[in-house]
Amino acid sequence: MSEELVRILGSDGKVLKGQKVPSISGKDLIRLYRLMLLNRRIDERMITLQRQGRIGFYVASIGEEASIIGSAFALKAKDWIIPCYRELGAALLRGFSLHEFCCQLFGNAEDQIKGRQMPNHYASFKLRFGSISSPVGNQIPHATGIGMAARLRGTQDVALVYFGDGATSEGDFHVALNFAGVYKAATIFLCRNNQWAISVPSKVQTASPSFAVKATAYNIEGVQVDGNDIFAVYAVTRKAVDRARQGKGPTLIEAVTYRQGGHTTSDDPRVYRDDKEVEEWKKKDPISRFKSYLIGNGAWSEKKDAGLEQDIKKEIDAAVKRAEKIGPPSIDTMFEDVLDSVPWHLEEQREELRTILESEVAQPKI
Amino acid sequence: MPTFNIIQAVNDALRTEMKCDDRVIILGEDVGKFGGVFRATQGLLTEFGPDRVFDTPLAENGIVGSAIGMALYGLRPVPEIQFVDFIYPAFDQIVNEAAKMRYRSGGQYTCPMVIRAPCGGGIRGGHYHSQSPEAYFIHTAGLKVVMPSNPYDAKGLLIASIRDNNPIIFLEPKRLYRAVKGEVPEGEYIIELGKATVARAGKDITIVTYGAMVHVTLEAAEKAAQENQISVEVIDLRTLLPYDIDTVIASVKKTGRAVIVHEAPRTCGFGAELAATISERAFLHLQAPILRVTGFDTPVPYVFEPEYLPNEKRIRKALRDSMDF
Repeated sequence: MSEELVRILGSDGKVLKGQKVPSISGKDLIRLYRLMLLNRRIDERMITLQRQGRIGFYVASIGEEASIIGSAFALKAKDWIIPCYRELGAALLRGFSLHEFCCQLFGNAEDQIKGRQMPNHYASFKLRFGSISSPVGNQIPHATGIGMAARLRGTQDVALVYFGDGATSEGDFHVALNFAGVYKAATIFLCRNNQWAISVPSKVQTASPSFAVKATAYNIEGVQVDGNDIFAVYAVTRKAVDRARQGKGPTLIEAVTYRQGGHTTSDDPRVYRDDKEVEEWKKKDPISRFKSYLIGNGAWSEKKDAGLEQDIKKEIDAAVKRAEKIGPPSIDTMFEDVLDSVPWHLEEQREELRTILESEVAQPKI
Repeated sequence: MPTFNIIQAVNDALRTEMKCDDRVIILGEDVGKFGGVFRATQGLLTEFGPDRVFDTPLAENGIVGSAIGMALYGLRPVPEIQFVDFIYPAFDQIVNEAAKMRYRSGGQYTCPMVIRAPCGGGIRGGHYHSQSPEAYFIHTAGLKVVMPSNPYDAKGLLIASIRDNNPIIFLEPKRLYRAVKGEVPEGEYIIELGKATVARAGKDITIVTYGAMVHVTLEAAEKAAQENQISVEVIDLRTLLPYDIDTVIASVKKTGRAVIVHEAPRTCGFGAELAATISERAFLHLQAPILRVTGFDTPVPYVFEPEYLPNEKRIRKALRDSMDF
């Protein structure tokens, strides 16, 4: 693997000397920018909602939009995205609606997940976007399995799995890459090295000089890329996707980025890291540099940007308002989907709960 | 005497033991500078230094596996698993290595360590921040399992656990961490493992429970006394394995009725073991079947968590069903 960090677009929004912007249509450039900005504004709004007590919890990806959206853009619709819990941008790119997302945050009657999981733990089979769980790294072997199955069936589908730097310490990371190497699985492993796993900095996760270099141990491709550079992220992911599709095996991509906010709304990063560090990384923000590039190229303008901000605000306001009004799911749903049908013992428990709830309505004393 | 919540009691127990035994070390995710996501290890890195309190890479099997190695070498590790829901990568190390070390080596090797982990629901944590998996560990020969319900017990039980020569799973009900306060003596004291406490004396019916359910049960018992003139005896097990069979049986023989309350799901929950054992030893004293009020056999849901967890209404219904039998 090359030792160099792949970069195309500098923090200032100018293409680096000797680099070429990948072939992306003007329409798609604006679409990508819009998605990144939408992602950012959704995150900011939902953090506020959590602080107001209107939703219970939220996981933002502020600062990491390019590493997520730029990579997801390299896939075809039939390909699989296996998220951890920080990749809303990839779901949005796929067509996950703001309405569906808000319903899951509120856990209401239109939530596909039926109010069962914490916010940000959604799934979309129809968008080939995997089901989200909390344990770190569990999803990585799943992506290997999908990549193995695709090869067994000869479909040319690929799987792209996301995880953070912390996840590379889990055993599941090792087995997933090892299996993928052995079976030449059609899997792309995208490590969002955002420098922090709650309060633990990435240098505690490994003695290796990078995360990308770990690919060597499994004899798979490895590449390190500036995760805040949407062009570079797209370019390396596209290359990895093409390789995997041609049966040439998996790739480990390390996208070097930064978690600008806390781990979740339950975290306060000021306890363990310096604001100075955050400010330094804000100068390398993925959205502001992309905006500079687009304006510099005449494809965008401050006026259009203001208009977009307004549109986004309206869209988010409407989605929140609509979802917040919808009541909870039926409590009967709590006992469904444990197995494919409700077994006798769960039917009895459902009945037991019904009796209790009805007696609450009637309010008799013991 | 200071008034502490459970987090402060745990922190104090760790500090007390680290002061008097330099073999005690703490490892886990975010336990160092951050002091743990629940602040249980706050201040310990500053006081004892990075050779005794340190952050690990994100790997539960690594935390427990390396802690086992340290215990074999003669240290007394107290690893922290951030949420017990994340303990499963370490399950092999716990069940196949730590639990069997003494037995399989003919007593040559032992594994004195205390794995601390927050457990239980009530904080809207959904499937992965609310689990009560104590049954898996109670079911594994070679482990002790402890679960305090209040600050006084938490400190005494944790000190006792650290001094114990067996591998111990020390489960801390997270919803109680800051919700329960009490007087906690300074300095060292222990609460003997394997001893329950009668949290409320009574004569009509026995409730056996532990963890956060102790408090819900006590509220239900108080209501039952006031509104229905039922005198409920509540036993807080404190140690789940080995459990205090004598206190439980003496109580059931006195009252003739038993209800078990736990958050963990019903099927093969610890209540099933307790019910079987009570039935074997106190059958002729029983006036009614032994009842269980438990979590349902589903993952802990997010929106419907209040309906999922045993609550006062469901406990009182069980009391009624038993008394009316």
